[in-house]
Amino acid sequence: MTTTVPAPRTGSRAAELTDAVRDDASLRRFLHGLPGVDQVGLERRSAALATRSIKKESKLQALDTAISMIDLTTLEGSDTPGKVRSLCAQARRPDPGHPDVPPVAAVCVYPDLAGVAVEALRGSGVTVAAVATAFPSGRSSRAVKLADTALAVDAGASEIDMVIDRGAWLSGRYGQVFDEIVAVRAACGSDDSSRAHLKVILETGELAGYDDVRRAAWLALLAGADVVKTSTGKISPAATLPVVQVLLQSVRDWHRATGERRGVKAAGGIRTAKDAVKHLVAVHEVAGPEWLTPELFRFGASSLLGDLLRQRRTQALGHYESTDRIGNA
Amino acid sequence: MATWEYSPAPESAALAQLRPSYRPFVDGAFVDGGGEPLKTVNPATEEVLAEVGTASAQDVDTAVAAARRAQETTWGPMRGAERAKYLFRIARIVAERSRELAVLETLDNGKPIRESRDIDVPTASAHLFHHAGWADKLGYAGLGPDPRPVGVVGAVIPWNFPLLMATWKIAPALACGNTVVLKPAETTPLTALVLAEIAAEAGLPAGVLNVLPGAGDVGAALVGHEGLDKVAFTGSTDVGKQIQQRLAGTGRRLTLELGGKAANIVYDDAPIDQAVEGVVDGIFFNQGHVCCAGSRLLVQESIAEEFSELLLRRIETLRVGDPLDKNTDVGAINSRAQLDRIVDLAAAGDAEGAQRWTSSCPLPERGLFFPPTVFSGVEQTMRVAREEIFGPVLSVLTFRTPEEAVAKANNTPYGLSAGIWTEKGAKAMWTAQRLRAGVVWTNTFNRFDPTSPFGGYRESGFGREGGRIGLEAYLDA
Repeated sequence: MTTTVPAPRTGSRAAELTDAVRDDASLRRFLHGLPGVDQVGLERRSAALATRSIKKESKLQALDTAISMIDLTTLEGSDTPGKVRSLCAQARRPDPGHPDVPPVAAVCVYPDLAGVAVEALRGSGVTVAAVATAFPSGRSSRAVKLADTALAVDAGASEIDMVIDRGAWLSGRYGQVFDEIVAVRAACGSDDSSRAHLKVILETGELAGYDDVRRAAWLALLAGADVVKTSTGKISPAATLPVVQVLLQSVRDWHRATGERRGVKAAGGIRTAKDAVKHLVAVHEVAGPEWLTPELFRFGASSLLGDLLRQRRTQALGHYESTDRIGNA
Repeated sequence: MATWEYSPAPESAALAQLRPSYRPFVDGAFVDGGGEPLKTVNPATEEVLAEVGTASAQDVDTAVAAARRAQETTWGPMRGAERAKYLFRIARIVAERSRELAVLETLDNGKPIRESRDIDVPTASAHLFHHAGWADKLGYAGLGPDPRPVGVVGAVIPWNFPLLMATWKIAPALACGNTVVLKPAETTPLTALVLAEIAAEAGLPAGVLNVLPGAGDVGAALVGHEGLDKVAFTGSTDVGKQIQQRLAGTGRRLTLELGGKAANIVYDDAPIDQAVEGVVDGIFFNQGHVCCAGSRLLVQESIAEEFSELLLRRIETLRVGDPLDKNTDVGAINSRAQLDRIVDLAAAGDAEGAQRWTSSCPLPERGLFFPPTVFSGVEQTMRVAREEIFGPVLSVLTFRTPEEAVAKANNTPYGLSAGIWTEKGAKAMWTAQRLRAGVVWTNTFNRFDPTSPFGGYRESGFGREGGRIGLEAYLDA
């Protein structure tokens, strides 16, 4: 009688992955050979994951974990250095009256403001993420996208959130999407510890269903994405639990095939602590407990932090506090 | 980082409004039964929940006579639309008292509150609502212009879905103008008695519904009673066979819903992650205490290894424990006797050379629990592939071609349900047409709906429950 899950055989699968990216035809064959996603079953499982009851100690732990996984984000045309500095202050110390609250993972800004954020966060341990590649539409030339990336990297951003070319994807030019991710990854710096981490935004709300989401996730992983990310936050639907589930399955399967752990970022539409906890349950049960760390799971959000802080105080104080009692950048 | 453990989130046991004693319900009143009282226990703790009065042979006579009187004088002659009012009222009260019923069911049966709350009670209420809608439309059911009730129905139900099975029998019977004498299972009588209380609260005329708790002897006295016009039984195949022999030649109608050993066929083009979920749901739902459980996984050889790895990984995340905890996935085994049977059959799997895998999930220190278990390397001839285990034990077999999958799936004395997992519609249809099973699910499993008929072939019984066709068993058309 054994009590362990048998270890996956990684060797044969790794060879298959190398083969998959040999040319456009191989890539297409590989992506279309992935197992399908049944919509009804997927959404049913998401609904079941959402019924986990998380309270007391496990809730407190979840709230702090979620805070530490946030990419605190401002992506508006009206962003100013002042706005970014204000956000950075909250990122460093989310709730100054409660110094045990962990800092968030990163601050996410447009490339031209990355330098401001780097300056404001120096020494804090909070990293700077910048969206690049003609975010959010991705509609520009490759030269512009690479220059956009270089702007952010040169300013000191250590994480780059790129968007894929959905036009190329939807017209079936998978090779083009692949090449672009590879090129942006190269623009993130030389392949050592100083290279900026690459998060690839699939903008799942613009893809053709869950099968397509799974294929796009695999393509991004094959091209070297450190993190697969759901959405820009600019279009709806964004990070839904079923879509995040598909991404979590993809990184889990990637790990089974290669032994490497890649990350997932759920971005857009997650505003409440309750919603965030549901995502953590999915991370825990779909990908596995190893993914419950800021290195492997992130929330892209602007207003989520406020609710997490409020819920955290509620757990500690036993009553709801006015939102005005919590600072809000 | 520290590991994340979900804190216990127990539902309040006080919601069940448990009383120290319960009594049989005969002719509109709770009465002292003439049988030896039985004690019903909470399988999660093995503590006695309540003392329950049981029926004697005399009480069976009284109940059947009351049912006959009510059928002939009030319920049978009543207009369908009037009968519907009572059923709608009962359905509404069941829905209103759903939390109480869910907790009581979990205490008495051991099933997780997540399932009693989300499946048992809502589906029970849905059955009542559905059949209430039929009561004044029987002439349009395609069973003749003026179908008549058959008369008095004796219903005997099992312990795996105590409330749900009660409503599966009562709702169509009453909607069609019959009256009912119901015997709930010995180990799980409580929710059926609360259902009787609800019927009384709804003003159901005396004698229309009678509930007689007791063991097998009460069931035998009931199904053999000459005053019945029809017997509806859900339970084990062995008992079903005895009932069929007993009723042969009496002219009394009979429907049987018996055991199963369902095949869950996973083709290599299946949506893998959802198939894993479906297989888990197929066998670990309700601790595997499901007659239509997908207890035989037939997986195509080309993906068997990958599928098994993902499946075992998923089963490892199942949480076994306190059924009242909202985070529990797998609850307690209903009785010591059933636990012993599961242990014995699993031992037979070891002895015959199958490889046993057991979830590492910790089990509670007390109470009746069995960990999620998977046998691989199972062959068609082994007992774990042929006999109904009725517990959280999955047997994994492989196949090479669709023909072989169908042959293996059909190679069983049973024929209640089956599952097919493929993204190819034509292949799903081809397979479904060849499976000898009453219910075939495609890309899902264990889904129940009052509009969808349910029933078996061969040693899984005969007759259908639910839907338009389910009315047939309760009508003289």
